Amino acid sequence: MHPLLISSYTATTCLGRGREPLREALLAGASSLKPCDFETVVLPTWIGEVAGTDEEKLPAALARFDCRNNRLAQLGLVQDGFADAVRAAAARYGNDRIGVFLGTSTSGILETELAYRRRDPQTGALPQDFDYAGSHNTFSVGAFVQAWFGLKGPAVVVSSACSSSAKVFAAAARMMTVGLIDAAVVGGVDSLCLTTLYGFNSLELTSSHACRPFDRARDGISIGEAAAFALLERTPDALPPDAILLLGSGESSDAYHMSSPHPEGRGARHAMAAALASAELAPQDIDYINLHGTATPSNDAAEGRAVADLFGNAAPCSSTKGATGHTLGAAGGVEAVIAALAIRDGIIPAGAGTNDPEPGLDYVLATRRRSVRRVLSNSFGFGGTNCSLILGRAA
Amino acid sequence: MLGPGLADWPACAAILAGEAAWVPQKTVLAAPDLLPPAERRRAVRVVKLALTVGLEATRAAGVDPAALATVFSSSGGDGVNCHQICETLASDDRQISPTRFHNSVHNAAAGYWSIATGATASAAVLCAYDGSFAAGLLEAITQVAVDRAPCLLIAYDADYPEPLRAKRPVPDAFGVALLLTPEADGQAIGRISARLTDASADSLADPALDELRRAIPAARSLPLLAAIAQHCTGRVVLDYLDHTRLAVDLSA
Repeated sequence: MHPLLISSYTATTCLGRGREPLREALLAGASSLKPCDFETVVLPTWIGEVAGTDEEKLPAALARFDCRNNRLAQLGLVQDGFADAVRAAAARYGNDRIGVFLGTSTSGILETELAYRRRDPQTGALPQDFDYAGSHNTFSVGAFVQAWFGLKGPAVVVSSACSSSAKVFAAAARMMTVGLIDAAVVGGVDSLCLTTLYGFNSLELTSSHACRPFDRARDGISIGEAAAFALLERTPDALPPDAILLLGSGESSDAYHMSSPHPEGRGARHAMAAALASAELAPQDIDYINLHGTATPSNDAAEGRAVADLFGNAAPCSSTKGATGHTLGAAGGVEAVIAALAIRDGIIPAGAGTNDPEPGLDYVLATRRRSVRRVLSNSFGFGGTNCSLILGRAA
Repeated sequence: MLGPGLADWPACAAILAGEAAWVPQKTVLAAPDLLPPAERRRAVRVVKLALTVGLEATRAAGVDPAALATVFSSSGGDGVNCHQICETLASDDRQISPTRFHNSVHNAAAGYWSIATGATASAAVLCAYDGSFAAGLLEAITQVAVDRAPCLLIAYDADYPEPLRAKRPVPDAFGVALLLTPEADGQAIGRISARLTDASADSLADPALDELRRAIPAARSLPLLAAIAQHCTGRVVLDYLDHTRLAVDLSA
């Protein structure tokens, strides 16, 4: 593919608002996971919660979008100068020439879960103030972000579980290739809710500790929440030397099982190979792999096999979900931002939470400082939808 | 395609071409035989709908679905499943079943489709609320233009039970699948291109069918399907977002 400029990027996770607390945590190998105390949830699991999300107030004109997920989206948009960068791009290209492509898994379903507790005892009706389109619907976060900026280009939400906000980078790149848009707001927003906490618990995929990706003792995920955004633009003729680009993407389907990965990592390998081909790179060109690394026994085993098949043990790799939790539909976006930080600052981040990694890979246990030119970021979803992205320097 | 009183594409085409009367009847959904028995038992309404129309399109075109990239687009997930989860989570016993949880993801139909057909290429899984059909069509056309490979679009929506239905009054299930290819072959229905427009969406001459178009997001495809059924060429404008529509140019 033709490389695209990532002209602005930001992530808000349980580690804090914007890039700086994320960077500090990556350097220190720190985590902000905590025992689950979300809402009225009683489960023996750990979570990654973004502090202050419920205190965020949406503009009055956008009140119909009010829900935890869109509050988190707004909290994320105003960090690191991201909103200003989008407004400047809209002024430059026209507000109908900027697309909005966001990923989420559950959008604002928490609002519906809470509304079901307030059903009319006689009629069973949901409360009058409950707005399905504004809060619950999968597209809600896309409509909200587009309205928040007053953008008028194409907009869509990708909801392919945990690969959602990686796949939006590929979708936006295609729209730019055909000339429909000049820039795109991409990213992902997913927030804590009862459906995913109780749902992953029912599948016995949640850990009763902070998650330990790729550790021999790993026993499940820690669910987190996050808002991550990037602004993609066509690559200008004159690039600053420190510019960070989207170099390639690869997508595949497992065609295997709804809630287990293909045991040999067939789909994962296919996505990584397609990303390398799209970027016209070889495995040895990759300086760091940000693994999907959910910390379930089967996911990490399948991904480890696929990575070893393609890269041997030559590429340093880690999962950063021990620091952020698994932010589900926002994970691809968060990890693309981590990839950009790794390149910008020369960081190969340690995988927080992991002490005794599975053998066969160069799994990073202590953060390394060195030049990082190209990063592969993996996002593999429930239902077998996979996406790998490659970010890097121009030359 | 499949919808209320619209059993398959030949039946729908005859109605849209004015050769048969439309008799509205509740959409009849069945789990395709192609699903392995375990998945067949677990398949919820939107999964049955999406697989049925996807298989009808690929069989009519004489292509193997295993080789196709796919775009799935829907304004929401399975309403019955969503209702059951929310009811359970509002009760004293919040334990939801693993099957109910995995059927709740927006990409459930995409997952079942790839398991049933063995399709390992990319699957885009989209939502743009009432504009989901146009969003899916735009993505599918874009993929074909960029990748120069065939792409199967499957757009589908099913009704919600009360109390959600009062907030999201989609009355029935409607699904449509279109196979798009970069080059015409003997089977091709026509050639399409698309662009964004400020023009209003086209309506249907038959008031009852137009009501169906407005009632179910996937049925916003009906003006395009009518043009195909009537062998018309020219521009069809489809609903997309509040501020923009999709203009589709159809030629022989």
